[in-house]
Formats: sequence, structure tokens, C-alpha cells
Amino acid sequence: MLELNHIEKYYNAGTVHEMCMFQDFSMKISEGQFVSVVGSNGSGKTSLLNIICGSIPLDGGSIRINGEDITHMPEYRRQRRIGRVYQNPAMGTCPSMTILENMSLADNKGKPFNLHRGTNKKRIDFYREQLRFLGLGLEDKLHVKVGVLSGGQRQAMALLMSTMPNIEFLILDEHTAALDPKTAEIIMELTGRVVKEKRLTTIMVTHNLRYAVEYGDRLVMMHQGQAIIDEEGAAKAAIQTKDILDKFNEISIECGN
Amino acid sequence: MSIIIGILEEGLIYAILALGVYITYKILDFPDLSVDGTFPMGAAVTAMLIMKGVSPALTLPLAFLAGALAGCVTGFIHVKLRVRDLLSGIIMMTALYSLNLRIAGKANLPIFSKDTIFDNSFFAQAVPEPVKPYLAVLVLLLITVVCKILLDLYLNTRSGYLLRAVGDNEVLVTSLAKDKGMVKLCGLAISNGFVALAGCVYCQQKGFFEISTGTGAIVIGLANVIIGTKLFKNLRLFSAKTGENKDGQIKHRSGLKATTAVILGSLVYRGCVALAISLGMAASDLKLVTAVLFLIILVLSSQKGKKVNTHA
Repeated sequence: MLELNHIEKYYNAGTVHEMCMFQDFSMKISEGQFVSVVGSNGSGKTSLLNIICGSIPLDGGSIRINGEDITHMPEYRRQRRIGRVYQNPAMGTCPSMTILENMSLADNKGKPFNLHRGTNKKRIDFYREQLRFLGLGLEDKLHVKVGVLSGGQRQAMALLMSTMPNIEFLILDEHTAALDPKTAEIIMELTGRVVKEKRLTTIMVTHNLRYAVEYGDRLVMMHQGQAIIDEEGAAKAAIQTKDILDKFNEISIECGN
Repeated sequence: MSIIIGILEEGLIYAILALGVYITYKILDFPDLSVDGTFPMGAAVTAMLIMKGVSPALTLPLAFLAGALAGCVTGFIHVKLRVRDLLSGIIMMTALYSLNLRIAGKANLPIFSKDTIFDNSFFAQAVPEPVKPYLAVLVLLLITVVCKILLDLYLNTRSGYLLRAVGDNEVLVTSLAKDKGMVKLCGLAISNGFVALAGCVYCQQKGFFEISTGTGAIVIGLANVIIGTKLFKNLRLFSAKTGENKDGQIKHRSGLKATTAVILGSLVYRGCVALAISLGMAASDLKLVTAVLFLIILVLSSQKGKKVNTHA
């Protein structure tokens, strides 16, 4: 269970450019839930993810995972239980290292920073099997540097690398936005499979309304730091792309756009 | 012949320095100017220890440790005090100038009469006369090769993987639940350890500590690394087929190991400097030669890059 309690976040606090992102924002995400988050630019979607991951500090409120207060835990320590895939495929892999080395890096997540061999040869077959799961033929290119792969292949690697270690939460930050429609489809399908298989608690920010409707068991729409739609179960299943679009229109009229 | 031996001797000493600079410049992507302070620091520590009667062989690990400590301080200034990379190096370089004078006690400390790793009672008895002119080169070769092998081994450990990752993609290191600051600090420590070790060997080979030896050490180190990686890294002659492809159509080729390339680059660079001197430049022009050669290498390598880009 992930709990955000009375979150406060201001950007440029104390200056004329002060902007209130979240004011008394609370949200609970139960174990195994797949939450799709939509909303216009600047609505607080990515800020929400950054707050959960600890990339930006909070101005008030608290964050708890299974009852444990992680509000002041540094970002890198929180990442032990979190896997994150970014919009930019370059963020999730090391370009100058080989596929095998990248897989080993991910496999060593949470293990101590010591002088053991970086690649455990006994694990190579396991890596191949994992890569075969992607269906991109990467299992035969273990010694190729990741930098020469295409954006889609790198994003698939990034997804695999963030979900291979034992994690509880998967954070997807518009992870299909930089990909062509066909590759995005493949990555999304993979995401669905991985999440189901590992029963990960997932938060997916997306601008693709169809993905938000098709995937996940809860849908949240953010606007000015508030969740203006928050449906789960049967109510979520009933939501159509058109409903979200209507809501978008409604709020843009309210804002005078 | 003596010229070649001279090139090999100096080249191998600066190769150790270059291995250190390679870690910060190529792997960490950190312009570490503290090298200008840690190179003479290695020399100062060595001269001081040898004058106090410490075994010359023992000065090697001790100098490495002293350099590593200085590297940790640079890392601390950058990581914990959030000072920009270039500035943290400059601060350390400046501070180390005074510190080195304190360690050695004066700006010039000769150790001619003392035993060194090149000239000691054991070698005087055990080494046959015909080998003696090559002794220094052999000792240096041994030290350099051991350093290279240790560095290669380290870069293939879990810790080494993280070091390579942090220069490549800091975000990923955080995602792997590791503190990227600690990884950088560790890299700076190892790098400056090698640099101080080079200073230690330099001092013993020349027979004195001299405060000005540090000036331009970073330029020499960078020149060695850049020549090495540009000239030899993609050398096809020694390339190994490491790719694995189902139908064998695309074979991934990799050149020499970067550490080997850096050592070769160091020898080539020393050769160029020796050539310039033999063409009539005075020994006092050495730093000028160093700087101009470095500039030429930078310009040539960036032009080579441009050509590749236009054809791509």
C-alpha cells in the first residue's frame, strides 16, 4: 500500500514566480493496483511520480509504503523497491556498455557495491531467456553496445532492466511517448505482460488515452494538482476515451482556453 | 638507443598517470584538475618517506593511498559540498601545492644517495651487467602492466560496472538504488591514486622531488588518453570478434582494450615530444611542446570526427 498524505509542493517558493503544485493532496494506491494517470501538461502527473520516487523534496505531508514513512528517505534508497521507466529511452540504459553488462547491472540492483565479478556467468542463460521474452532478438546480441540499439529496443531493455530485480512498484513516466506507434504498441503489450506476471503495483503516466482506458484497473485524471477523475473497478472499465476527452474540453473551457 | 630507452622510461611513467586520467576523463566524464596537485604529491610523499628510510617498494602503495585520499577530498568537495567539478579540482590543485611543500619540506628534495625501486643494493647484486641499462624500463613495464591489469580487473567488478555506468548515465545509477555521489568519489580516489603512483615512480626515477613537476600533468595525461583512444582504440589489426549473431552477418568488432590504448598513446606522445626536442627545441621549451602537441592532437581528432559525421 502506497499512501500520499496531505502532500504540499510549491515550485519557486518565496519568489514572485511561486506556483502551487499540490495543496493537501492525498491518494492511496493498494497493492497490485495498476493506475493509469492522464492530464494536461503541467497538471502534476510527473511531479506526482517525482514525489513518490524522491526526485524532488516535499514542502509538507508524508509518504508511506506499507506503513513505513519514507518521506525523508533519499531517492536512491527508495529505488530499491521501485523500478522506473522514463520517457526518454536513453535514461534507462548505459549506451557505452554491452547488453550483457547492462543486464548484469540491473541484476546486481540491491546487492553491495563490491569487488565481485560484474557479470555472473551462471546468469547468462537467465538473461538470454529474459531478453527472448522481449521478442526483439536481443538475446543473440549480448556483446553489442546498447548505444547502437534503436529507441524501441532500448526502451524494451529499460523496461526489462527495471522490472528484473525484485521490486514492489513500477513507475512508468510516459514511457511510450518517444516511440513510433508500432513500437509503442509492442512496449505497451510487454508492459501489460510484465505487470501481470510479476503482480507489480504500477503507476503509469500517459498522454495516450487509449492506453489509459485499455490498461490498468484504476484511472486518475489530474488537473491543477488535484485528481478530478479517480475511478476503479467496474466504473473504470466503463470509461471510454470519449469521456476523458469531454473532461479535457470541460476543464479547458473552465480555464478559458 | 638511449633516446628510445628515454622515451620508454618517460612514456611508461606517464602511462600510469594516463590510466588515472582515463578514469576521470573518459569513464566518469569529470574534468579533474586535482591531477596537477596529486602527481607532485605522490613525488613529495615518496621523497619524504625515502629520506626517512622507508623501503622504496613500500612507497608505491603509500603514494597510491595518499593520492586516493586527495581524490576523496576532491570528490567530497564536489559531491557533498556541491561545488562544480572543474572548480573542485582547481581548489584541490591549489591547496595541494602548499600541502606538497609541507610534505617534502622544501620545493626541491633530492634523494640521489638513497635506494630507490630502480637503484638499490638488491638490483646491484642480482642483475647481470648487460641488463642494467634496461633495468629501469623493465621495472617500469612491470609496474605499468600490473596497474593496467588491476584496473581492467576492477572495471569488470560490480563496483567497476557502476563506475562506468555513472559516467554514462547517472540517472540509471540512482535507479539501481546506488548513491551516484559515492560512486564518483570512489572513481576520483582510484584515479588520483594512480596519478600519485605515477608521481612516486617519477620521483624515484629522476632521483628528486620538484614542486613544478605537477604543472601541466593534466595536459600530459589528457594528451596520452586522447591519442591512445583516438589512434589505437579502433585499431582493426588486433581486433577480436566478440559478436554473436545467429546468421553471422553482422559481426561486432571491438578494438584494443582502452587501457592498453592509453599506454600506447602515452608512448607515442613521449616519442613526439622527444622528436620535437631532438629537432632543436630546448629542454625548457618542454611545456610549450606539450601544449602545442596537445592542441594539434585535439584539432586533428575533432576534424577526423567531423569527416566521419559528414559521411554518416
